[in-house]
Amino acid sequence: MIALDRKGILYSINGPVVKAKNMTGFMMHEMVFVGEMKLTGEIISLEGDSATIQVYEETTNLKPGEEVLGTGNLLSVTLGPGLIGSVFDGIQRPLDVLKAASGDFMKRGVFADPIDLKKSWNVQMGKIKDGDKVVGGQVIATVKETESVIHKIMIPPNVSGIAKNVKSSGKYTVDTVLMTVQTENGEEEIKLYQRWPVRIPRPYSERLAPREPLVTGIRVIDTLFPISKGGTAAIPGGFGTGKTVVQHQLAKWSDADVIIYIGCGERGNEMTEVLEEFPQLIDPRNGRPLMERTILIANTSNMPVSAREASIYTGITMAEYFRDMGYNVALMADSTSRWAEALREISGRLEEMPAEEGFPPYLASRIGEFYERAGRVKTIGDEERIGSVSVIGAVSPPGGDFSEPVTTGTKRFIRCFWELDRQLANARHHPSINWLDSYSEYAVELKEWISKNVDPDFYKMRDRIMQILTEDDNLQQIIKLVGEDVLPDNQKLTVRIANIIKVGYLQQDAFSDVDSNCPLKKQDAMLKTILHYADRSSKLVSKGVAVSEVLDEDIVNTLMRMKENVKSDHLDEFKKIEEKLDAFFDQLDKKYQVTTEA
Amino acid sequence: MPSKEYVGLSQINGPLVFVENPKGVGYNEVVEIITENQRRLGQVVQISDKVAMIQVFEGTSGLTVDKTRVKFLGRPLMVKVSDEMLGREFNGIGEPIDKGPDILNGESRDINGSPINPASRMYPRNFIQTGISAIDALMTLIRGQKLPIFSGNGLPHNRIAVQITKQAKLKGEEAGNFAIVFAAMGIKHDEANFIRESLEQSGAIKNTIMFLNLADDPAIERIATPRVALTAAEYLAFDKNLHVLVLLTDMTNYCEALRELATARGEVPSRKGYPGYLYSDLASIYERAGMIKDKNGSITQIPILSMPNDDITHPIPDLTGYITEGQIVLNRDLNRKGIYPPIGVLQSLSRLMKDGIGKGYTRDDHPHVSSQLFASYSKVQEVKALASIIGEEELTDSDRRYLRFGEAFENEFINQGEDEDRSIEETLDLGWKLLGYLPKIELTRVSEKEIADHYKEIKEI
Ligand SMILES: Nc1ncnc2c1ncn2[C@@H]1O[C@H](COP(=O)(O)OP(=O)(O)OP(=O)(O)O)[C@@H](O)[C@H]1O
Ligand SMILES: [Mg+2]
Repeated sequence: MIALDRKGILYSINGPVVKAKNMTGFMMHEMVFVGEMKLTGEIISLEGDSATIQVYEETTNLKPGEEVLGTGNLLSVTLGPGLIGSVFDGIQRPLDVLKAASGDFMKRGVFADPIDLKKSWNVQMGKIKDGDKVVGGQVIATVKETESVIHKIMIPPNVSGIAKNVKSSGKYTVDTVLMTVQTENGEEEIKLYQRWPVRIPRPYSERLAPREPLVTGIRVIDTLFPISKGGTAAIPGGFGTGKTVVQHQLAKWSDADVIIYIGCGERGNEMTEVLEEFPQLIDPRNGRPLMERTILIANTSNMPVSAREASIYTGITMAEYFRDMGYNVALMADSTSRWAEALREISGRLEEMPAEEGFPPYLASRIGEFYERAGRVKTIGDEERIGSVSVIGAVSPPGGDFSEPVTTGTKRFIRCFWELDRQLANARHHPSINWLDSYSEYAVELKEWISKNVDPDFYKMRDRIMQILTEDDNLQQIIKLVGEDVLPDNQKLTVRIANIIKVGYLQQDAFSDVDSNCPLKKQDAMLKTILHYADRSSKLVSKGVAVSEVLDEDIVNTLMRMKENVKSDHLDEFKKIEEKLDAFFDQLDKKYQVTTEA
Repeated sequence: MPSKEYVGLSQINGPLVFVENPKGVGYNEVVEIITENQRRLGQVVQISDKVAMIQVFEGTSGLTVDKTRVKFLGRPLMVKVSDEMLGREFNGIGEPIDKGPDILNGESRDINGSPINPASRMYPRNFIQTGISAIDALMTLIRGQKLPIFSGNGLPHNRIAVQITKQAKLKGEEAGNFAIVFAAMGIKHDEANFIRESLEQSGAIKNTIMFLNLADDPAIERIATPRVALTAAEYLAFDKNLHVLVLLTDMTNYCEALRELATARGEVPSRKGYPGYLYSDLASIYERAGMIKDKNGSITQIPILSMPNDDITHPIPDLTGYITEGQIVLNRDLNRKGIYPPIGVLQSLSRLMKDGIGKGYTRDDHPHVSSQLFASYSKVQEVKALASIIGEEELTDSDRRYLRFGEAFENEFINQGEDEDRSIEETLDLGWKLLGYLPKIELTRVSEKEIADHYKEIKEI
């Protein structure tokens, strides 16, 4: 046990980085209280008797000579019922509680429990009786936290032993001791909540290969560049290209059980938007408000930069906690570049030797450590549970230049790269994910699942779409030089079909009532329809029929607009569209006496 | 608290001075630097038990190492805010310069403010009609938004800013409870005079507070100017329930002052010599726009910056674009063609418009029309590029229609008079009229019903 009466003395203040002496006995990464205002800080280096501390709040008016007090704990988060639906700052202080305590503007030195420890929950105890052996990760009780999430109360990872004083089911506050565990090193009290240090990944028993897609409802992603549950993805793009909208879309429609959304150094209004919108939006899978599965971390650009550095660890630790319950968790971090810049700023104040663009040399390894906390795992505990954490990070490259250190550093550790394209964004083609430069390494691994659960032909269609788009890209080079008119008819047709794919399929308005979310079945039906058109029109054109004949205004219009015109719960309408196409082509076949093979 | 006074500096370096063995001095504290004939203000930017590093707002020339007295005031830089400020002019750190009386009543506030708790914000949704078609239709300004103008030397950003302040109105709401806060950083006297005169002409000057740090004023003072201005704006908006429009110009001069200071401090520079924390620093200014639940006022910010060499990837516009809720980008080619306002619409954006336009806000068809105009005008650029290679005669009929549309769009839609105040309905109708140059099949962004209601093909081109 660490003595709590240790006291350091501040001797230097440089923005969020302060130094104190008389710090012998303090721990690396220990959470401390700095100065008379008791600002929260964390020790980031120890040297002899002196410590460097990053302070998570504004340091104005802090003076040399003021005291630093230890807490005996590493910087940690509180994990228990009450997390869902909350909004925290970067060090897990609940913003609504801060607001109640200090008003509309953030004040300093305000301390608040992350979750309400005095709130009562209906606790359903499991089968454990006094005298049973329990191990870390074992579920001992459940709490219905929201209609969407059953919170499983688990033995903390590093605890195992014999259960004693087990309570029966009932209504308990979060800080109630549900049982004690007789461990080798004494007794441990198990409450509804536990704490875990943010910089240490929570343990799991085994890492599993990706199998199942994280279905996002965004066509260009699900069809061309899918991400798996437990996967990692980066969305790089210059300002205003659509990173946040994609992240919001994922938070809304992806088929994860729990969403953790980290606004890391971005706009206050974007968090407000989620806060106002999510309680109104309905999860299509269970009819409940989306807020019932969502946790927000809002450490906006004008909030202290060191708390921004901490925010992604706070977020991912909560994600791992829900993963350990056997849930699929999706975490969005917008933007990891701001986190990297926080690292840079602190490193600069420490006068560390910079590497590229002023970033510290350990930038890439920090990025790697973060993304490695994603994954699909077999959890610890007595029974087999599988959970996953998917991580999707936005990257904001300076000047939109993807060769900068954060983008290149991220590329090494992620497996989906959704590159946003300035040209597309300027033309208001959204999502502006470039279909030629983006990639997903999960596509291969997900083929089996998609074939089984959606359509055995899905991947064949996907490949054809990709092929048409690639061919179109080559043709566009020619068109830029000589115009479309000189192309032979079959190539003209390719360009036209590619256009139908771009406008009618890849482009997807996030703010459309019908098209905001596109389930896999609808994607499948749309692909079928477009390719059906491609097949039949190509056949005619290859037989010498003029391209203008197959580019019937009404037919093309139908294909371009089916994303808006066919609702996800009326997929049978695609049959009608197919019939319409067939009628149109049958009549052309007849006119030009082309025979359809059986 | 008794203030502490020291005589003598250990070092003077650019805008910085150093005082040894300070006692009880706090980080960010304000200091007075006193010489025989002058009193200047400074701020502690780094402090240890051995030395205090102080940035001097009015510059260090004329200071001596031995005679200079330094008085630590034990508080951050403050400005006294009150209604009396309306109609008045101040320097860059909030001292009256219009020969009027000192501000007597009022409350002193820390110019750095505090971040708005994200849980307290209210999402801005109210459409401000500026009467400028390009802005209203395509990059709609929303009350509580931060929407900068990215400009360049010689482009008419000031005229546009003035036109916006003159014409801005909320549909169905009477004018009255508004105020303008104008902060000038390093701009020319002529520019400041132009803005002052325009506000006088429109009568808005009595609702305006001006903070002027002009080109020949001390550069380091500029670091305080936007903060002083926003402190006053926050008072008007959230204590006095006014809708405040804040003009900050020119943010490029502000950033250069910041760079000068960072260099003097020997910091590791990031891109183009600007400090690595430029993003956070700018955010601490721009994020002071917005609305708060249960409060009636608002702060709408229109920062103006000039892009060095018209380069939008330069760190100043780049980082600004990453923080603000869109941008209005001025385009030199359009300006050369004599088009006013020369707004490069494709690079421009308003992120808040999606929730403040359309049904119940402007007009049902607005979101789709604007999307269609963007898409079509973007296609115009491709066709133009092609035409410049193969010649207009070789273009398809559809492509020729695009060219015609593009011309009309620039000359009739973007282009308008400096006093021309178009209603949103006029603007949208004009948009539809011009879309008539394009074949119906090309209009994929608008719905079939909207086409039926508004589209009229122009046969002759
Ligand atoms: N899928 C989409 N559907 C419709 N509009 C979109 C879509 N994606 C982006 N947009 C438009 O682009 C704008 C900018 O998008 P967004 O705010 O996501 O950019 P960003 O890449 O996050 O920028 P920054 O880096 O500055 O935060 C949005 O406000 C919206 O108007
Ligand atoms: Mg964003």
